[in-house]
Amino acid sequence: MNTGYYHNKKHSPDWVLLLAYLFLVVFGWFNIYSSAIEPDSPVIFDISQKYGMQFIWLCTSLVLGILILYIINPNTYEAIAPVLYVFILLLLIAVIFVGRDVNGSRSWFEIGPVKFQPAELSKISTSLLLAYTMSKFNFHLDNMKDAATIACIILIPMATIVLEKETGSALVYAGFIFMLFRQGLSGWFLSFGFLMIFLFVLTMVSSPLVAIVCAFGIHLLIVGLASRNLSIAFLVNVLICILLAVIRPLSEWIMNMGSTATDAIASVDIDMNTRALEAESNILEKQDLVFGVLKPEVLAILLIVPAFVWLYLNCIRKRLHFIKYLAISLVSSIIIIFSVNFIFENVLQAHQRARIENLLGITEDLHGIGYNVFQSKIAIGSGGWIGKGFLNGTQTKFNFVPEQSTDFIFCTVGEEWGFLGSLFLVAVYMTLIIRLIILAERQNSKFAMIYGYCVACCLFMHVFINMGMTMGLLPVIGIPLPFLSYGGSSMWSFTILLAIFVKLDMENKRKMYY
Amino acid sequence: MNEDKDIRKSRILIAGVVIAALILVIKLFNLQIVDEEYKISAENNAYKYAMLYPVRGAIFDRNKELLVGNKNSYDLLVTPMEVSEFDTVSLCRIFDLDKDEVVEKFAQYKKDRRKIGFQSLTFLKHISAEQYGVYAEQAYRFPGFSIVSKTSREYMLNAGANLWGYVTEVSPEFLKEHPEYKMGDYVGATGLEKAYEEHLRGEKGYNIYLRDVHNKVRSSFANGAYDKKAVAGENLITTIDAHLQQYGETLMQNKVGSAIAIEPSTGEILAIVSSPGIDIDKLANIGKYYREIVNDPYKPMFNRAVMSAYPPGSVFKLVNGLIALQDGVIVPETRFPCSMGYHYAAGKKLGCHAHPSPLDFRSAIMMSCNAYFCYAFKAILENRQYGRNISNSFNHWRAMVESFGFGHKLGSDIPAELGGNLPKTSTYDKIHGKNRWNATSIISLSIGQGEIGTTPLHLANLAAIMANRGYFYTPHLIKYAQALNDSITIDERRFAQRHYTLVDTTWFPVAVEGMYRAVNSPPGAGGTARRAAVEGLDICGKTGTAQNPHGKDNSVFICFAPKDNPRIAVAVYLENAGFGGTWAAPLASLMVEKYLKGEVERKDLERDILEANLIVNVPVKRR
Repeated sequence: MNTGYYHNKKHSPDWVLLLAYLFLVVFGWFNIYSSAIEPDSPVIFDISQKYGMQFIWLCTSLVLGILILYIINPNTYEAIAPVLYVFILLLLIAVIFVGRDVNGSRSWFEIGPVKFQPAELSKISTSLLLAYTMSKFNFHLDNMKDAATIACIILIPMATIVLEKETGSALVYAGFIFMLFRQGLSGWFLSFGFLMIFLFVLTMVSSPLVAIVCAFGIHLLIVGLASRNLSIAFLVNVLICILLAVIRPLSEWIMNMGSTATDAIASVDIDMNTRALEAESNILEKQDLVFGVLKPEVLAILLIVPAFVWLYLNCIRKRLHFIKYLAISLVSSIIIIFSVNFIFENVLQAHQRARIENLLGITEDLHGIGYNVFQSKIAIGSGGWIGKGFLNGTQTKFNFVPEQSTDFIFCTVGEEWGFLGSLFLVAVYMTLIIRLIILAERQNSKFAMIYGYCVACCLFMHVFINMGMTMGLLPVIGIPLPFLSYGGSSMWSFTILLAIFVKLDMENKRKMYY
Repeated sequence: MNEDKDIRKSRILIAGVVIAALILVIKLFNLQIVDEEYKISAENNAYKYAMLYPVRGAIFDRNKELLVGNKNSYDLLVTPMEVSEFDTVSLCRIFDLDKDEVVEKFAQYKKDRRKIGFQSLTFLKHISAEQYGVYAEQAYRFPGFSIVSKTSREYMLNAGANLWGYVTEVSPEFLKEHPEYKMGDYVGATGLEKAYEEHLRGEKGYNIYLRDVHNKVRSSFANGAYDKKAVAGENLITTIDAHLQQYGETLMQNKVGSAIAIEPSTGEILAIVSSPGIDIDKLANIGKYYREIVNDPYKPMFNRAVMSAYPPGSVFKLVNGLIALQDGVIVPETRFPCSMGYHYAAGKKLGCHAHPSPLDFRSAIMMSCNAYFCYAFKAILENRQYGRNISNSFNHWRAMVESFGFGHKLGSDIPAELGGNLPKTSTYDKIHGKNRWNATSIISLSIGQGEIGTTPLHLANLAAIMANRGYFYTPHLIKYAQALNDSITIDERRFAQRHYTLVDTTWFPVAVEGMYRAVNSPPGAGGTARRAAVEGLDICGKTGTAQNPHGKDNSVFICFAPKDNPRIAVAVYLENAGFGGTWAAPLASLMVEKYLKGEVERKDLERDILEANLIVNVPVKRR
C-alpha cells in the first residue's frame, strides 16, 4: 500500500470526493436558479422560490455532512443497520396508506410544510444492511441461504417502492447487482441480465423471430467457444446475418415489383379498379404462400437450431460442467422473448408503455408522451459547443421542459453550458464514482468496502438513468440527478449516503496509521 | 488467485463506468454538435410566428354580383400555461357562459397540462362583434387569453349551395397528404370551393416576433424585414346568372331532377340546378347538418346535373332524325306510317300515341312519333353503304352520336362531371351474341331508350347545338379568375373552340322547324309542348318521356329561345314526373321567360309548378 501519502492527512476526508460533492451541489443550485428564475424575485436567496429553498437544503446538507464527519461515531452504523432498515421499511409501507398522491404515486410524507420521500432514505438503510450482512463472518454468496437473504434485503424495499408507483426509484436497486458482482457473483449473471434486456428491446423493435435467432446465435457462439468449434459457430452466424440482411430486402423488392405491376393495371382505366384490386390480392396471396413459409427468419431458425443442437451434444459428450446453465439461459431467453408482449401489456402501466414505445420510435407523439423528451432534446441540442451562457437559456425557461428543476435539470446544464460544460459534469460524476470504487477497494473493513460499492452503485444508476433519459437514450424514468436536482429529500439522502462512506474511509485511514 | 480475481472485477466495473460515460458523451456530442434538427427546433421556440390568414377569394355571378363573400369572426384562444388568476364571473358575463363549464374546462386543461405545454387552444368559437368589443376593453384583466380573427364564408343569395360547396377545417388525414396546410387551416371540401381551392385560398403570411428568456414577446424581429404579408385569394367570376339560378332552384323544389340553362353563343352555363340540393343556411353551418345531409335518402350532395346517367327519351329523336337526314336514308319529305306504334316483328310493337298518320319529318318531331324514328333508325343501321354489316353501321351511328357530345365527358369545368354511357357493339355482342343482333334488337335506341345514358348537361348541350344549328361550345361555369392586382389567372377564351357535329348544318333548320311547331302549333294540331309556349319568345322545344324502371316515367324537355339568334338553351329532367309536356316543358319555359323577359307573366302556371310536389312519386330506398 502507498504509505506516507496519507501521513499528514490521516484525519481529513477524501478531498476528491469532497471537492466533487461541493462542486455538484453549488453547480446544481446555480442551475436551479437559472431554470426557475422569476423576474419579480431575482435574488438567489429568496426562499419563496425554488432556488432560495435549494439554498436551505444545501446549507442543511452541509450541516448534516459535518455532523456525520465529525460528531457521530462511525461504529454506530454497523450497530443500527438492521433496526434502521426495518424502521425505514415500515415508513415505506406506511406511506402507501397515508402518503400524499403526487402525479399518481404515493411516496411522499407530508407533515405540515415538510415533505419527504422515504424511498430516498431507503437507499441508505438498504446499503447499510447489505454491508452489515455481507461483512459477517462466514457469509458466502455461494451459500443458498445467504444468497436468499441478500435477495430479500434488496427485493423487499424494491417491491414496496413499486407498490408506491415509484417504479423509477425501484429500478435503482437493480444497481446493487454490480456490488454483488464484485463480492463474488458470477459474471455470467451480469451478462445474462444484459442479454435479457437486449433481447427485450430487440423483440420490441423488430420481431420475436429475429430475437430468437439472435438468442440462438449468441448461445451458439458460447457453445462453440466451449466445445472448441468456434469457427463453425462463427460461420453459421455469418450465414444467418447474410440471410437476414439480404433475403428480406430481396423479398420486399419482389413484392414491390408485384404491386407496381398492379398499379400499372390500375392506372390504365379507372373502371378496372376492382379488377386491379383482385389482381393485387392474388399476388399478395401468392407472396404470402412463398414468403409466409419461407420467411428469412424461419430459414435462419431452421439453420441455426440444428447447428446449436449438434454443438451442444458435442459439449455434453465432453462433459462440460457449465453446459446446464447455458441451457437454462437459452430457455429463459426464449421465455422472455415470448413474454415480452405479456409483460408489456399487463405488467407495465400505460404511461410506462407509452414512454418505452416513444423511446424505441414505435410511436411518435411530440405533443403527448414524447413532448418532455423532445423539448428536453431541443434544450440540450441548442446548447452547441459552449452553450448560451449562465441565465441565457431560452428553452429551459417557462416550462418548455416540464420538471426542469427536478428530473430534467440536466437540460439547463446542456443548454447554458453546452457540450463542454456537460462533458465536464459527466467527468465529475464519473470521477466521483470511480474514486468511490478505488477507495472501497482500499478499505480494510469489509463493511466499509461493501458500503462503498453500494454508494457507487446507487450514484451510478441515478446518474446514468437520469442523463440517459434527458438525452432520449432511455425511457422517461423519473429519478433525480444526485446533488443537482431540486429537492430536500434527495439532497439530504445523497449527502448522508456519501458522507457516511467518507467518514468510514477516514476511520479506515485512522486505524491504519494511528 | 482469489485476490487477483477481485482486482480484475473491480477493474471491469471501473471500465463499465467509463463505457457508460462514453455512451453519454457520444450521445451528447450527437445532440449538441452533430444533429441540426434540435437547433432548428430551438429557434422555433425562440421566434414567435404570428400567422396572418388571407381573405378567401369571393365568388361572383356573370353580372359581377357578389354571391359568396367573407365575414369576420372571432375566436377566443387560451394559453393555459400563461393564465393566472382572473375574474371568472366577468368572463362568463362577457361571453354569456356558464361558470361551471369554464371551471370544468380549466380542470381539463390542468389534467392535460403536460400534453398542452405552451400551446394555445381555442376556448370559444364564433364570438360576435359586440362581445368582442366588450372583451377588448377589458382584455388586460384576462392574462393568457387572446382573440384571433378569422374569416368565414357568407352567402349573399339563397342559391347555388351545391355549386359553391363548403369550406371546412382541415382533417388530420388531409394534413398527412397535404403538408403545406397547417392544423386549423380551412380548405374547400366540395364544389367550386374544392375545384378552385388553389385560386381561392390565397397565401398565408406571418409576423415574426422575438421571445426573450422570460418568454415575453419583445419586439418584431429585424423590424419586420422577414415578415410576410398575407395575399388574398383570387376572385372567381362565374357564368351563372344569380337570379335565374335562384328562380330555377325555387321552381325545382319538391322535385327530383335537374334544370340547366346555357347561353348557346358561348357555352356559358346560366343556371345549373340539381334537386333536391343543400340549403344555403345549412351550408354555412355544415358541421351541424353534415350527418343529416349525408343520411338524406334523396342524396342532396349528389350533383344529378352532371353525374346522373338517364335515358334521354324522345328528345334523342332529334339526333337520330338528323343522322338519318345526313346519311340520306330519308329526306324531310319522307313519310312513314304509324298505327299506334311500330310493328317490328309478328305480334311485337313499339307503341305510339294517337296522332294523324303518315307524318313527314317536321311533323314527326312536332308530335314525337315513335314509329317514324324507328323506321329512320332502322334505315340508318341497314344502310347498304356499310355492307349490311351491323357492326360497321352501328359504329358509324355511334360516331355521329358522339359528335353531339354524348357518351363521354364534355370536358366542362364542373367538378365531378361524368360521361354517361353510349353502348358499343361489344355491349350487344355480350347481350345477344356476336353478330346475332340487328336493328330491331336495339330499336329502343331510336327513341332514346335502352342502353343509352345521358346526363342532363348532355341534354342541355343538345339544346345548345339545336340553337346554334349544328355546333356547340363546351359548357362551362367559370368565366375567369382574377387576382387582387387585377391579373387574370384563368382565361376566358379557354372554351372559345367551336365543336361541330358530324351532321351538316343545312339539316338543322328542318329539325328546328319541328321543334318550333311542337311548342307553337295551334291547339288540336298535336304539338307535344304547347304548355311551354310564351307569346313573343318563339321557344323551340322537344319533349321526352323516358321510361323509368323504378316507378313513373321521367319528364324531359329541351328547348331554346328565341328561334332566331337564340340567347338561352334549357334542359329540364324530372324523375318520375310523367309526360315531358306536362311538367318539364312548362318548367323550362318559365326559366326561359324569366331570363328573356326578366319577369314571369304566366302567374297561374308558375304557381302550379311551384306547388307541384313530384318528389312523392320518387321511390326511395331506405336503409
